[in-house]
Amino acid sequence: MRLEKDPLNLIICGVGGQGNILASQIIASAGIKDGFYVIIGETYGASQRGGAVMSHLRLSDEMQQGPLIPEGLSDIILGFEPVETLRTIHSFGNPKTKVIINPRPIYPIEVLSGRIEYPQVEEVIDAIKKLVEVVKVVEATKIAKGMGETMVQNMVMVGCLAGSGWIPIRIDSFEEAIRDVFPGKELNSKAFKAGVERIMDIVDSDMDI
Amino acid sequence: MLNVEMDSGKTVLLMGNEAIARGAIEAGVDFCTAYPGTPSSEIIDTLAKVASRFSLYVEWSTNEKVALEAAGGASFAGLRSICAMKHQGVNVCSDFIFSTNLAGTHGGFVLVACDDPSAHSSTQEEDTRNFARFADIPLLEPSNVQEAKEMTKWAFDLSERLKVLCMIRSVTRVSHARGNVKLDEIKREKRSIDLSNSPYSSGFPSISARHSSLHEKLDRAEEEFNRSAFNEYFGPDDASIIIITSGTGWMYSREAVKILGLDEIGILKLGTTWPVPEKLVLTHLKHADEVLIVEETDSFLEQNVKVIAAENRLKINFYGKRSRDIGDIGEINVDIVINALKRLKGIDYTARNEEYVRITKKLGKALPPRMLSFCAGCPHRASLWAIKRAIRWDGRDAYVCGDIGCYSMGIGPTGFMQLKTLHCMGAGIGVANGLGNLRIFGFDRPIIAIAGDSTFYHACIPALINAKHNGASILFIILDNCTTAMTGFQPHPGVAKDAMDRLTPIIKLEDVCRGIGLQVEISDPFEIKKTTKTIYEMLQLEGTRVIILRRACGIAEAKRKRVYVDQTKCIGEECGCVRFCSRVFNCPGIMWDERAGKARIDEVVCNGCGACAQLCPRDAIVVDE
Repeated sequence: MRLEKDPLNLIICGVGGQGNILASQIIASAGIKDGFYVIIGETYGASQRGGAVMSHLRLSDEMQQGPLIPEGLSDIILGFEPVETLRTIHSFGNPKTKVIINPRPIYPIEVLSGRIEYPQVEEVIDAIKKLVEVVKVVEATKIAKGMGETMVQNMVMVGCLAGSGWIPIRIDSFEEAIRDVFPGKELNSKAFKAGVERIMDIVDSDMDI
Repeated sequence: MLNVEMDSGKTVLLMGNEAIARGAIEAGVDFCTAYPGTPSSEIIDTLAKVASRFSLYVEWSTNEKVALEAAGGASFAGLRSICAMKHQGVNVCSDFIFSTNLAGTHGGFVLVACDDPSAHSSTQEEDTRNFARFADIPLLEPSNVQEAKEMTKWAFDLSERLKVLCMIRSVTRVSHARGNVKLDEIKREKRSIDLSNSPYSSGFPSISARHSSLHEKLDRAEEEFNRSAFNEYFGPDDASIIIITSGTGWMYSREAVKILGLDEIGILKLGTTWPVPEKLVLTHLKHADEVLIVEETDSFLEQNVKVIAAENRLKINFYGKRSRDIGDIGEINVDIVINALKRLKGIDYTARNEEYVRITKKLGKALPPRMLSFCAGCPHRASLWAIKRAIRWDGRDAYVCGDIGCYSMGIGPTGFMQLKTLHCMGAGIGVANGLGNLRIFGFDRPIIAIAGDSTFYHACIPALINAKHNGASILFIILDNCTTAMTGFQPHPGVAKDAMDRLTPIIKLEDVCRGIGLQVEISDPFEIKKTTKTIYEMLQLEGTRVIILRRACGIAEAKRKRVYVDQTKCIGEECGCVRFCSRVFNCPGIMWDERAGKARIDEVVCNGCGACAQLCPRDAIVVDE
């Protein structure tokens, strides 16, 4: 399998505690299983403390890439949180970027305390639609809650990516990677499968500018 | 089996710090020490996990000075030893670096310093490469995850050949990157203990002989570096414009040149940066008219290369940090290199059109910022709330000196802006020693110092003894969350386990403090009213006294009890509490339900600690036991 564009630049964005880093590890491990050069650049340390977290994941057929995606060059954004997705597009989006987004907000502390307002989620998604090629909205937290554990929204989102057809990594490789990382924890594999199935049902919303 | 212990020949996903650990294992490391600190902690975390399989000795030391000295002891005895730390740790252990460099070593002795440019998880950014030049020790700078493994392995051989401490300088984008690493063979060797080369001393009484011997070692290192495979030139042999780069700068430079299509530019990638491989650098300076230096944090490489150019009377235009073409603060990236090359070549490039950038910039500016906060369930929030209330009751405007740990965030809104000083490990109680002894100058505000449990063992004890001995009036509050939380829950002397998971005796905070002769009170911060009263009462006393606020970290010991707001009891804005739980107490797990006009718990975020339930004036918050 060759990449149409080398490197393929993927960003996972969200908030500390949402399992962004594990999600990026699963995707990278699956990529290595399929013979790609993979690099993840991520910022954490303060990530469990309510801060924004972003993982840059780059796939290449040719060579190991640098850990940071240059401005405006993301191909795919996996957005675990609406405002963080728009923030990521601000720096890394372009009219060809494809987006999968979980619309469930995680409110910043300044919003909870009433000092700042959180924008309407519908407005955030509308703004994103105008800036990128495709947006697929997946209620990943709801799906995860339905399975009894909101924490696995990250695996639902990884499933969506795997089923989107936007990344040339085999579904089997993802499943194997999930089993490697979470041995004996069936819920993660189940959440992944739910994501794969969900994304197939969603109709693309085309860019309308 | 962990990726890091897989067989030779396999390609696996490793984090940079795991790759450093694997490099050490492949080199047959015996003795491993560290004090945790982001972005370095996973090196020893990883080695600790495989300690029994590879018969390693691994410890979490109380601080970086002890860690480096312990590793030095093992090296003197002939063992291969590694010591890892974040950049600020190098400041702590620098005293020993400046004598062990002269004393020499026996078994391979490697210091890994992980810098944090842009201070993602630090209170400052600093460039530890300066220590290598300062102390005359060889320096290696990996540019990616694979090279981090290879360099670590090689550093042991180099150290053993030269009989000197070798330093590896990693940065966040290497240590915390994850990528493909091809594994090599693990060489386990049973080394015998041999102290026959003693004495190991900085040189006393023959300092000049030791110092000149150190310089000879550096000369030999430079000879090796001129031939090292970690240094490589890419591009036309006669390029008139070249980039000289090290560390992450190599990956960024390569990509910038590729994006701009500037095949005519040569790149000299250096992996061994002190001593500078002069012959190699000179070869490429000779064909260049213009040189861009790409490196992270300080103009270290730039200054060293310029010395070579000056000594050889080369006429070259240099661009780098001194010309501000590569930012002289913070982390660098591909875009910074692209912009420098655009200026140098007078060319145009933008990834996105102006209109797109204008729209996204406008949208981006309107987004709510996401400030750091204590996690849901964090005991520090309750502790700082109690401190704030006690100071209010006391009415004398007590002044709080802060320290390093999760609770450093107490300087911001999440900790009710209680901390008024924040410096380095142990500096809270240290600074309080000054402020607590200003009565003869007419200053009589009460002084509080706070520190975490791990910070206490690391750097607070001498300052606490100093306070007692010199009669400083300080209320010292230890926020004991029973782990080293900020760096990933490493054990410390106050818990019953060590790095290798062996049971160890607990060295209790209260025993240490009482041993110094200090009055100690202990309280659970989640009993907020009792804690506030204890702090208030202790504030009324004079002299050095201690309160331990003990409650395990909310993440390490998540309760996941269901907590919810009984909306029939919450009366919203009519209460007069002015949305105390969501607006004032500031836990990210509590939100304001606009539709109902009442408080609500966010089930995705709530950790189930129940601290808020004690503070609600209507008892509307329910904890399902």
